[in-house]
Amino acid sequence: MADATAKQVLFEPIFSNNPIALQILGICSALAVTTSMNVTLVMCAAVIAVTAFSNLAVSLVRSQIPGSIRIIVQMTIIASLVIVVDQVLKAYAYEISKQLSVFVGLIITNCIVMGRAEGFAMKNGPWLSFLDGIGNGLGYSVLLIFVAFFRELLGAGSLFGITIMPVVNEGGWYIPNGLLLLPPSAFFIIGLAIWGLRVWKPEQVEEADYKMSRHTAKEAF
Amino acid sequence: MAKPKETVSRTLMVALVLSIAFSVVVSTAAVMLRPAQVKNQNLDIRSNILAAAGMLEPGASAEEIEEAFSRFDVRLLDLDSGEYVEPQDVGVQDPMKYDMYKAASDPAMSTDIPASEDKAGIKRRPNVAKIFTLTENGELVRVVLPVHGYGLWSTLYGFVSLEGDANTIEGLGFYDHAETPGLGGEVDNPRWKKQWVGKEVYGEQLDEPQIRLVKGGVSADAADKEHKVDALSGATLTSRGVEQLVNYWMGDRGYETYLKKLRQGEV
Repeated sequence: MADATAKQVLFEPIFSNNPIALQILGICSALAVTTSMNVTLVMCAAVIAVTAFSNLAVSLVRSQIPGSIRIIVQMTIIASLVIVVDQVLKAYAYEISKQLSVFVGLIITNCIVMGRAEGFAMKNGPWLSFLDGIGNGLGYSVLLIFVAFFRELLGAGSLFGITIMPVVNEGGWYIPNGLLLLPPSAFFIIGLAIWGLRVWKPEQVEEADYKMSRHTAKEAF
Repeated sequence: MAKPKETVSRTLMVALVLSIAFSVVVSTAAVMLRPAQVKNQNLDIRSNILAAAGMLEPGASAEEIEEAFSRFDVRLLDLDSGEYVEPQDVGVQDPMKYDMYKAASDPAMSTDIPASEDKAGIKRRPNVAKIFTLTENGELVRVVLPVHGYGLWSTLYGFVSLEGDANTIEGLGFYDHAETPGLGGEVDNPRWKKQWVGKEVYGEQLDEPQIRLVKGGVSADAADKEHKVDALSGATLTSRGVEQLVNYWMGDRGYETYLKKLRQGEV
Protein backbone atom coordinates (compact mmCIF):
# COMPACT_ATOMS: atom_id res chain seq x y z
CA MET A 1 0.00 0.00 0.00
CA ALA A 2 3.00 2.22 -0.50
CA ASP A 3 1.36 4.32 -3.20
CA ALA A 4 -2.00 4.72 -1.47
CA THR A 5 -3.46 8.17 -1.96
CA ALA A 6 -5.18 10.19 0.71
CA LYS A 7 -8.51 9.79 -0.99
CA GLN A 8 -8.16 6.04 -1.17
CA VAL A 9 -7.27 5.52 2.46
CA LEU A 10 -10.06 7.82 3.54
CA PHE A 11 -12.91 6.46 1.46
CA GLU A 12 -12.03 2.86 0.68
CA PRO A 13 -12.89 1.55 4.15
CA ILE A 14 -16.40 2.94 3.89
CA PHE A 15 -17.77 0.53 1.31
CA SER A 16 -14.98 -1.20 -0.61
CA ASN A 17 -13.02 -2.39 2.40
CA ASN A 18 -15.43 -1.97 5.27
CA PRO A 19 -13.88 -3.11 8.54
CA ILE A 20 -17.10 -4.70 9.75
CA ALA A 21 -18.60 -5.97 6.51
CA LEU A 22 -15.47 -7.23 4.77
CA GLN A 23 -12.92 -7.72 7.52
CA ILE A 24 -15.57 -8.74 10.10
CA LEU A 25 -13.85 -6.80 12.87
CA GLY A 26 -15.39 -4.87 15.73
CA ILE A 27 -18.60 -6.87 15.78
CA CYS A 28 -18.98 -6.92 19.56
CA SER A 29 -19.62 -3.23 20.00
CA ALA A 30 -21.76 -3.27 16.86
CA LEU A 31 -24.11 -5.56 18.75
CA ALA A 32 -24.01 -3.69 22.00
CA VAL A 33 -24.42 -0.02 21.24
CA THR A 34 -26.83 0.00 18.32
CA THR A 35 -30.19 0.05 20.08
CA SER A 36 -30.57 3.79 19.66
CA MET A 37 -29.24 6.31 17.17
CA ASN A 38 -28.06 8.87 19.72
CA VAL A 39 -25.90 6.40 21.58
CA THR A 40 -24.61 4.94 18.33
CA LEU A 41 -23.53 8.33 16.98
CA VAL A 42 -21.57 9.14 20.12
CA MET A 43 -19.96 5.72 20.05
CA CYS A 44 -19.02 6.25 16.39
CA ALA A 45 -17.50 9.64 17.13
CA ALA A 46 -15.52 8.08 19.97
CA VAL A 47 -14.24 5.26 17.76
CA ILE A 48 -13.32 7.64 14.92
CA ALA A 49 -11.39 9.82 17.34
CA VAL A 50 -9.57 6.87 18.84
CA THR A 51 -8.66 5.17 15.54
CA ALA A 52 -7.54 8.46 13.99
CA PHE A 53 -5.39 9.63 16.87
CA SER A 54 -3.99 6.23 17.75
CA ASN A 55 -2.98 5.76 14.12
CA LEU A 56 -1.41 9.20 14.16
CA ALA A 57 0.46 8.57 17.39
CA VAL A 58 1.62 5.10 16.38
CA SER A 59 2.76 6.39 13.00
CA LEU A 60 4.71 9.26 14.57
CA VAL A 61 6.75 6.97 16.77
CA ARG A 62 6.77 3.96 14.45
CA SER A 63 10.47 4.10 13.66
CA GLN A 64 11.31 4.24 17.36
CA ILE A 65 9.12 1.34 18.45
CA PRO A 66 11.19 -1.78 19.08
CA GLY A 67 9.64 -4.74 17.26
CA SER A 68 9.59 -6.90 20.36
CA ILE A 69 7.25 -4.64 22.30
CA ARG A 70 5.35 -3.01 19.46
CA ILE A 71 1.97 -4.54 20.34
CA ILE A 72 2.18 -3.43 23.94
CA VAL A 73 3.25 0.04 22.86
CA GLN A 74 0.23 0.25 20.56
CA MET A 75 -2.00 -0.93 23.38
CA THR A 76 -0.61 1.75 25.68
CA ILE A 77 -1.31 4.43 23.13
CA ILE A 78 -4.81 3.15 22.39
CA ALA A 79 -5.70 2.63 26.04
CA SER A 80 -4.55 6.15 26.94
CA LEU A 81 -6.63 7.66 24.17
CA VAL A 82 -9.68 5.66 25.16
CA ILE A 83 -9.37 6.85 28.75
CA VAL A 84 -9.14 10.43 27.54
CA VAL A 85 -12.23 9.97 25.35
CA ASP A 86 -14.10 8.36 28.24
CA GLN A 87 -13.19 11.25 30.53
CA VAL A 88 -14.30 13.80 27.94
CA LEU A 89 -17.64 12.03 27.50
CA LYS A 90 -18.18 11.91 31.24
CA ALA A 91 -17.54 15.62 31.44
CA TYR A 92 -19.51 16.81 28.43
CA ALA A 93 -22.01 14.09 27.47
CA TYR A 94 -22.80 12.58 30.81
CA GLU A 95 -26.17 11.08 29.93
CA ILE A 96 -24.90 9.24 26.89
CA SER A 97 -21.71 8.18 28.58
CA LYS A 98 -23.88 6.54 31.21
CA GLN A 99 -25.71 4.60 28.52
CA LEU A 100 -22.50 3.60 26.79
CA SER A 101 -21.10 2.56 30.17
CA VAL A 102 -18.38 -0.04 29.67
CA PHE A 103 -18.44 0.03 25.90
CA VAL A 104 -16.35 3.19 25.68
CA GLY A 105 -13.69 1.43 27.72
CA LEU A 106 -14.01 -1.59 25.49
CA ILE A 107 -12.92 0.44 22.46
CA ILE A 108 -9.47 -0.55 23.72
CA THR A 109 -10.21 -4.09 22.66
CA ASN A 110 -11.91 -3.11 19.41
CA CYS A 111 -10.01 -5.07 16.79
CA ILE A 112 -10.36 -2.27 14.24
CA VAL A 113 -8.25 0.14 16.27
CA MET A 114 -5.52 -2.36 16.96
CA GLY A 115 -5.73 -3.77 13.44
CA ARG A 116 -5.20 -0.39 11.82
CA ALA A 117 -2.39 0.55 14.18
CA GLU A 118 -0.51 -2.67 13.44
CA GLY A 119 -1.56 -3.08 9.82
CA PHE A 120 -1.36 0.48 8.52
CA ALA A 121 0.13 3.01 10.91
CA MET A 122 3.30 0.97 11.50
CA LYS A 123 4.11 1.20 7.78
CA ASN A 124 2.79 4.60 6.71
CA GLY A 125 3.33 8.25 7.43
CA PRO A 126 1.39 10.21 10.05
CA TRP A 127 -0.94 12.08 7.70
CA LEU A 128 -2.00 9.01 5.74
CA SER A 129 -2.35 7.02 8.94
CA PHE A 130 -4.53 9.69 10.45
CA LEU A 131 -6.78 9.62 7.38
CA ASP A 132 -6.81 5.84 7.42
CA GLY A 133 -7.99 5.99 11.04
CA ILE A 134 -10.78 8.38 10.13
CA GLY A 135 -11.70 6.25 7.12
CA ASN A 136 -11.93 3.06 9.09
CA GLY A 137 -13.79 4.81 11.86
CA LEU A 138 -16.23 6.03 9.23
CA GLY A 139 -16.57 2.55 7.78
CA TYR A 140 -17.40 1.28 11.23
CA SER A 141 -19.81 4.16 11.75
CA VAL A 142 -21.66 3.67 8.47
CA LEU A 143 -22.47 0.10 9.33
CA LEU A 144 -23.36 0.88 12.94
CA ILE A 145 -25.68 3.67 11.93
CA PHE A 146 -27.28 1.37 9.37
CA VAL A 147 -27.85 -1.24 12.07
CA ALA A 148 -29.04 1.28 14.64
CA PHE A 149 -31.47 2.81 12.18
CA PHE A 150 -33.37 -0.45 11.79
CA ARG A 151 -33.04 -1.50 15.40
CA GLU A 152 -34.38 1.72 16.83
CA LEU A 153 -37.04 2.20 14.18
CA LEU A 154 -38.44 -1.32 14.27
CA GLY A 155 -37.56 -2.11 17.88
CA ALA A 156 -38.78 1.05 19.54
CA GLY A 157 -40.71 2.86 16.80
CA SER A 158 -38.52 5.93 17.06
CA LEU A 159 -35.40 7.56 15.64
CA PHE A 160 -33.08 9.71 17.76
CA GLY A 161 -35.65 9.21 20.50
CA ILE A 162 -38.33 10.93 18.40
CA THR A 163 -41.40 8.80 17.86
CA ILE A 164 -41.90 7.83 14.21
CA MET A 165 -44.34 4.99 14.68
CA PRO A 166 -46.31 5.30 17.92
CA VAL A 167 -46.07 1.98 19.74
CA VAL A 168 -49.00 0.10 21.23
CA ASN A 169 -47.79 0.61 24.81
CA GLU A 170 -48.15 4.34 24.34
CA GLY A 171 -51.54 4.05 22.69
CA GLY A 172 -50.28 3.92 19.10
CA TRP A 173 -50.64 1.22 16.48
CA TYR A 174 -47.15 -0.17 16.07
CA ILE A 175 -46.28 -3.41 17.85
CA PRO A 176 -42.53 -3.13 18.34
CA ASN A 177 -40.36 -6.08 17.46
CA GLY A 178 -38.62 -6.76 20.75
CA LEU A 179 -36.03 -9.00 19.08
CA LEU A 180 -34.49 -5.94 17.49
CA LEU A 181 -33.58 -4.55 20.87
CA LEU A 182 -31.62 -7.70 21.67
CA PRO A 183 -28.02 -8.14 20.55
CA PRO A 184 -28.66 -11.11 18.19
CA SER A 185 -30.77 -8.93 15.92
CA ALA A 186 -27.66 -6.94 15.05
CA PHE A 187 -26.19 -10.14 13.63
CA PHE A 188 -29.14 -10.49 11.29
CA ILE A 189 -28.92 -6.90 10.15
CA ILE A 190 -25.15 -7.04 9.70
CA GLY A 191 -25.58 -10.27 7.77
CA LEU A 192 -28.14 -8.69 5.49
CA ALA A 193 -25.92 -5.64 5.06
CA ILE A 194 -22.98 -7.81 4.07
CA TRP A 195 -25.18 -9.67 1.60
CA GLY A 196 -26.42 -6.40 0.11
CA LEU A 197 -22.90 -4.99 -0.10
CA ARG A 198 -21.59 -8.09 -1.87
CA VAL A 199 -24.41 -8.08 -4.37
CA TRP A 200 -23.49 -4.47 -5.15
CA LYS A 201 -19.75 -5.17 -5.15
CA PRO A 202 -19.32 -8.80 -6.22
CA GLU A 203 -15.52 -8.55 -5.97
CA GLN A 204 -15.93 -8.72 -2.17
CA VAL A 205 -17.23 -12.26 -2.34
CA GLU A 206 -14.52 -14.51 -1.02
CA GLU A 207 -13.42 -17.55 -2.89
CA ALA A 208 -14.78 -20.68 -1.32
CA ASP A 209 -12.24 -22.47 0.87
CA TYR A 210 -12.96 -25.73 -0.89
CA LYS A 211 -15.01 -26.90 -3.80
CA MET A 212 -17.66 -29.49 -3.33
CA SER A 213 -16.98 -32.43 -5.57
CA ARG A 214 -19.77 -33.99 -7.51
CA HIS A 215 -21.80 -36.66 -5.88
CA THR A 216 -20.28 -39.83 -7.25
CA ALA A 217 -21.41 -42.66 -5.01
CA LYS A 218 -23.48 -45.17 -6.85
CA GLU A 219 -26.81 -45.95 -5.38
CA ALA A 220 -26.86 -49.47 -3.98
CA PHE A 221 -29.35 -51.75 -5.55
CA MET B 1 13.90 5.30 7.49
CA ALA B 2 16.36 2.77 8.80
CA LYS B 3 15.32 1.09 12.01
CA PRO B 4 17.70 1.79 14.90
CA LYS B 5 19.38 -1.28 16.26
CA GLU B 6 17.29 -3.10 18.79
CA THR B 7 18.86 -3.58 22.17
CA VAL B 8 17.41 -4.39 25.57
CA SER B 9 18.32 -1.01 27.00
CA ARG B 10 16.77 0.81 24.07
CA THR B 11 13.58 -1.22 24.39
CA LEU B 12 13.35 -0.37 28.08
CA MET B 13 14.07 3.26 27.31
CA VAL B 14 11.31 3.50 24.72
CA ALA B 15 8.87 1.74 27.03
CA LEU B 16 9.73 4.12 29.87
CA VAL B 17 9.48 7.29 27.80
CA LEU B 18 6.17 6.27 26.25
CA SER B 19 4.70 5.25 29.59
CA ILE B 20 5.63 8.56 31.14
CA ALA B 21 4.36 10.56 28.18
CA PHE B 22 1.00 8.80 28.12
CA SER B 23 0.52 8.81 31.86
CA VAL B 24 0.95 12.58 31.70
CA VAL B 25 -1.70 12.76 28.96
CA VAL B 26 -4.14 10.56 30.89
CA SER B 27 -3.66 12.27 34.23
CA THR B 28 -3.91 15.74 32.69
CA ALA B 29 -7.22 14.81 31.12
CA ALA B 30 -8.48 13.27 34.34
CA VAL B 31 -7.50 16.24 36.48
CA MET B 32 -8.70 18.91 34.08
CA LEU B 33 -12.06 17.30 33.42
CA ARG B 34 -12.68 16.39 37.04
CA PRO B 35 -14.67 19.51 38.01
CA ALA B 36 -17.05 19.11 35.06
CA GLN B 37 -17.53 15.43 35.86
CA VAL B 38 -18.23 16.05 39.52
CA LYS B 39 -20.72 18.72 38.55
CA ASN B 40 -22.46 16.29 36.22
CA GLN B 41 -22.57 13.57 38.83
CA ASN B 42 -23.98 15.87 41.50
CA LEU B 43 -26.54 17.22 39.11
CA ASP B 44 -27.41 13.69 38.11
CA ILE B 45 -27.98 12.58 41.69
CA ARG B 46 -30.04 15.67 42.44
CA SER B 47 -32.18 15.22 39.35
CA ASN B 48 -32.70 11.55 40.22
CA ILE B 49 -33.96 12.50 43.64
CA LEU B 50 -36.26 15.07 42.09
CA ALA B 51 -37.40 12.61 39.43
CA ALA B 52 -38.28 10.03 42.08
CA ALA B 53 -40.22 12.71 43.90
CA GLY B 54 -42.04 13.58 40.68
CA MET B 55 -40.66 17.10 40.81
CA LEU B 56 -38.40 17.12 37.79
CA GLU B 57 -39.64 19.12 34.84
CA PRO B 58 -38.42 17.71 31.53
CA GLY B 59 -35.59 19.86 30.21
CA ALA B 60 -35.01 21.61 33.50
CA SER B 61 -31.82 23.63 33.58
CA ALA B 62 -29.04 23.06 36.09
CA GLU B 63 -30.15 26.11 38.08
CA GLU B 64 -33.74 24.96 38.26
CA ILE B 65 -32.63 21.57 39.50
CA GLU B 66 -30.45 23.17 42.16
CA GLU B 67 -33.31 25.43 43.14
CA ALA B 68 -35.85 22.62 43.46
CA PHE B 69 -33.39 20.44 45.29
CA SER B 70 -32.57 23.13 47.82
CA ARG B 71 -36.12 22.83 49.18
CA PHE B 72 -35.28 19.36 50.44
CA ASP B 73 -33.68 18.68 53.79
CA VAL B 74 -30.87 16.16 53.76
CA ARG B 75 -31.16 13.89 56.79
CA LEU B 76 -29.11 11.05 58.12
CA LEU B 77 -31.20 8.24 59.48
CA ASP B 78 -30.28 5.38 61.77
CA LEU B 79 -32.14 2.48 60.20
CA ASP B 80 -32.46 0.31 63.32
CA SER B 81 -33.80 2.98 65.65
CA GLY B 82 -35.60 4.96 62.97
CA GLU B 83 -34.19 8.19 64.39
CA TYR B 84 -32.22 10.94 62.72
CA VAL B 85 -28.57 11.22 63.61
CA GLU B 86 -26.19 14.15 63.46
CA PRO B 87 -23.66 14.32 60.60
CA GLN B 88 -20.86 14.34 63.17
CA ASP B 89 -21.92 10.86 64.32
CA VAL B 90 -20.86 9.44 60.98
CA GLY B 91 -17.79 11.62 60.76
CA VAL B 92 -18.87 14.28 58.27
CA GLN B 93 -19.71 17.96 58.57
CA ASP B 94 -22.12 18.24 55.66
CA PRO B 95 -24.74 15.46 55.53
CA MET B 96 -24.60 15.60 51.71
CA LYS B 97 -21.00 14.36 51.93
CA TYR B 98 -22.00 11.14 53.66
CA ASP B 99 -21.84 8.17 51.28
CA MET B 100 -24.05 5.35 52.49
CA TYR B 101 -22.76 2.97 49.83
CA LYS B 102 -19.20 3.51 50.95
CA ALA B 103 -20.34 2.98 54.52
CA ALA B 104 -21.87 -0.35 53.50
CA SER B 105 -18.41 -1.76 52.91
CA ASP B 106 -17.04 -0.46 56.22
CA PRO B 107 -17.59 -3.11 58.95
CA ALA B 108 -17.87 -0.43 61.63
CA MET B 109 -20.66 1.40 59.82
CA SER B 110 -22.68 -1.46 58.42
CA THR B 111 -24.36 -4.73 59.35
CA ASP B 112 -24.30 -8.14 57.74
CA ILE B 113 -27.63 -9.22 56.37
CA PRO B 114 -28.34 -12.92 57.03
CA ALA B 115 -28.68 -14.74 53.71
CA SER B 116 -32.26 -15.77 54.52
CA GLU B 117 -33.31 -12.15 54.81
CA ASP B 118 -31.18 -10.73 52.05
CA LYS B 119 -33.96 -10.35 49.53
CA ALA B 120 -32.25 -7.50 47.75
CA GLY B 121 -29.00 -9.44 47.35
CA ILE B 122 -26.83 -6.71 48.84
CA LYS B 123 -25.08 -8.70 51.64
CA ARG B 124 -24.32 -5.68 53.81
CA ARG B 125 -26.44 -2.75 54.80
CA PRO B 126 -25.20 0.60 56.08
CA ASN B 127 -26.40 1.50 59.57
CA VAL B 128 -27.11 5.04 58.56
CA ALA B 129 -28.95 6.06 55.41
CA LYS B 130 -29.03 9.44 53.72
CA ILE B 131 -32.60 10.45 53.03
CA PHE B 132 -34.30 13.58 51.74
CA THR B 133 -37.38 15.14 53.22
CA LEU B 134 -39.58 17.93 51.97
CA THR B 135 -41.51 19.94 54.50
CA GLU B 136 -44.21 22.43 53.58
CA ASN B 137 -45.81 24.66 56.23
CA GLY B 138 -44.28 22.58 59.00
CA GLU B 139 -45.71 19.38 57.63
CA LEU B 140 -43.71 16.61 56.02
CA VAL B 141 -45.08 16.09 52.51
CA ARG B 142 -42.46 13.93 50.87
CA VAL B 143 -39.68 11.63 51.84
CA VAL B 144 -37.20 10.31 49.29
CA LEU B 145 -35.45 7.10 50.31
CA PRO B 146 -32.42 5.59 48.58
CA VAL B 147 -32.81 1.91 47.68
CA HIS B 148 -30.58 -0.60 45.99
CA GLY B 149 -30.56 -4.28 45.18
CA TYR B 150 -29.52 -6.87 42.69
CA GLY B 151 -31.37 -7.32 39.40
CA LEU B 152 -30.10 -9.68 36.73
CA TRP B 153 -26.61 -8.40 35.87
CA SER B 154 -26.07 -5.56 38.22
CA THR B 155 -26.95 -3.76 41.38
CA LEU B 156 -29.67 -1.20 40.74
CA TYR B 157 -29.35 2.05 42.67
CA GLY B 158 -32.31 4.32 42.93
CA PHE B 159 -34.79 6.23 45.03
CA VAL B 160 -38.32 5.66 46.17
CA SER B 161 -40.33 8.70 47.09
CA LEU B 162 -43.26 8.43 49.48
CA GLU B 163 -46.00 10.90 50.26
CA GLY B 164 -46.53 12.35 53.71
CA ASP B 165 -48.59 9.31 54.77
CA ALA B 166 -45.38 7.22 54.50
CA ASN B 167 -47.25 4.65 52.44
CA THR B 168 -48.28 6.01 49.04
CA ILE B 169 -45.57 5.96 46.40
CA GLU B 170 -44.88 9.26 44.76
CA GLY B 171 -42.31 7.97 42.36
CA LEU B 172 -39.46 5.57 41.81
CA GLY B 173 -36.38 5.78 39.70
CA PHE B 174 -33.00 4.14 39.24
CA TYR B 175 -29.93 6.13 38.41
CA ASP B 176 -27.37 3.39 38.11
CA HIS B 177 -27.68 -0.13 36.78
CA ALA B 178 -26.40 -2.32 33.96
CA GLU B 179 -29.49 -4.32 33.06
CA THR B 180 -30.07 -5.44 29.46
CA PRO B 181 -30.97 -2.46 27.28
CA GLY B 182 -34.51 -2.73 25.97
CA LEU B 183 -35.47 -5.39 28.52
CA GLY B 184 -34.35 -4.93 32.11
CA GLY B 185 -33.04 -1.53 31.07
CA GLU B 186 -36.66 -0.47 30.65
CA VAL B 187 -36.67 0.29 34.40
CA ASP B 188 -35.71 3.72 33.10
CA ASN B 189 -38.77 3.95 30.88
CA PRO B 190 -40.86 6.92 32.05
CA ARG B 191 -44.08 5.13 31.15
CA TRP B 192 -43.18 2.17 33.30
CA LYS B 193 -42.12 4.37 36.17
CA LYS B 194 -45.37 6.30 35.95
CA GLN B 195 -47.30 3.18 36.97
CA TRP B 196 -45.73 3.32 40.40
CA VAL B 197 -47.31 6.64 41.23
CA GLY B 198 -50.11 6.20 43.73
CA LYS B 199 -49.31 2.58 44.60
CA GLU B 200 -49.35 1.71 48.28
CA VAL B 201 -46.39 0.00 49.89
CA TYR B 202 -48.15 -1.45 52.93
CA GLY B 203 -51.40 -3.34 53.38
CA GLU B 204 -54.18 -2.24 55.68
CA GLN B 205 -52.26 -3.25 58.79
CA LEU B 206 -49.34 -1.11 57.63
CA ASP B 207 -46.88 -3.79 58.66
CA GLU B 208 -45.56 -5.79 55.70
CA PRO B 209 -44.54 -4.25 52.40
CA GLN B 210 -46.80 -5.76 49.72
CA ILE B 211 -45.38 -4.57 46.41
CA ARG B 212 -45.73 -7.14 43.62
CA LEU B 213 -44.60 -6.98 40.02
CA VAL B 214 -47.04 -9.04 38.02
CA LYS B 215 -46.96 -10.34 34.47
CA GLY B 216 -49.47 -9.24 31.89
CA GLY B 217 -50.37 -5.89 33.35
CA VAL B 218 -52.62 -4.80 36.19
CA SER B 219 -56.26 -4.55 35.20
CA ALA B 220 -58.55 -2.02 36.83
CA ASP B 221 -60.46 -4.70 38.75
CA ALA B 222 -57.47 -6.80 39.89
CA ALA B 223 -57.33 -7.74 43.57
CA ASP B 224 -54.75 -5.73 45.52
CA LYS B 225 -54.17 -3.56 42.51
CA GLU B 226 -52.91 -0.79 44.76
CA HIS B 227 -49.83 -2.94 45.45
CA LYS B 228 -49.32 -4.32 41.96
CA VAL B 229 -47.19 -2.99 39.16
CA ASP B 230 -46.84 -4.42 35.67
CA ALA B 231 -43.57 -6.33 35.39
CA LEU B 232 -41.11 -5.49 32.64
CA SER B 233 -41.74 -7.67 29.61
CA GLY B 234 -38.88 -9.99 28.82
CA ALA B 235 -37.12 -9.11 32.06
CA THR B 236 -38.38 -11.53 34.70
CA LEU B 237 -35.24 -11.42 36.79
CA THR B 238 -34.87 -7.66 36.75
CA SER B 239 -38.55 -7.33 37.69
CA ARG B 240 -38.10 -9.78 40.51
CA GLY B 241 -35.03 -7.87 41.67
CA VAL B 242 -36.95 -4.59 41.70
CA GLU B 243 -39.85 -6.15 43.62
CA GLN B 244 -37.52 -7.70 46.17
CA LEU B 245 -35.43 -4.62 46.67
CA VAL B 246 -38.42 -2.34 47.18
CA ASN B 247 -39.92 -4.80 49.67
CA TYR B 248 -36.59 -5.25 51.40
CA TRP B 249 -36.00 -1.54 51.90
CA MET B 250 -39.59 -0.91 52.95
CA GLY B 251 -39.41 -3.87 55.33
CA ASP B 252 -38.25 -4.00 58.93
CA ARG B 253 -34.56 -4.22 57.96
CA GLY B 254 -35.00 -1.10 55.88
CA TYR B 255 -37.06 1.99 56.50
CA GLU B 256 -40.12 0.46 58.15
CA THR B 257 -39.19 1.47 61.70
CA TYR B 258 -38.63 5.02 60.56
CA LEU B 259 -41.78 5.16 58.47
CA LYS B 260 -43.88 3.88 61.39
CA LYS B 261 -42.50 6.61 63.59
CA LEU B 262 -43.13 9.09 60.86
CA ARG B 263 -46.77 8.10 60.65
CA GLN B 264 -47.16 8.46 64.38
CA GLY B 265 -45.41 11.80 64.31
CA GLU B 266 -42.56 10.61 66.52
CA VAL B 267 -39.67 11.95 64.51
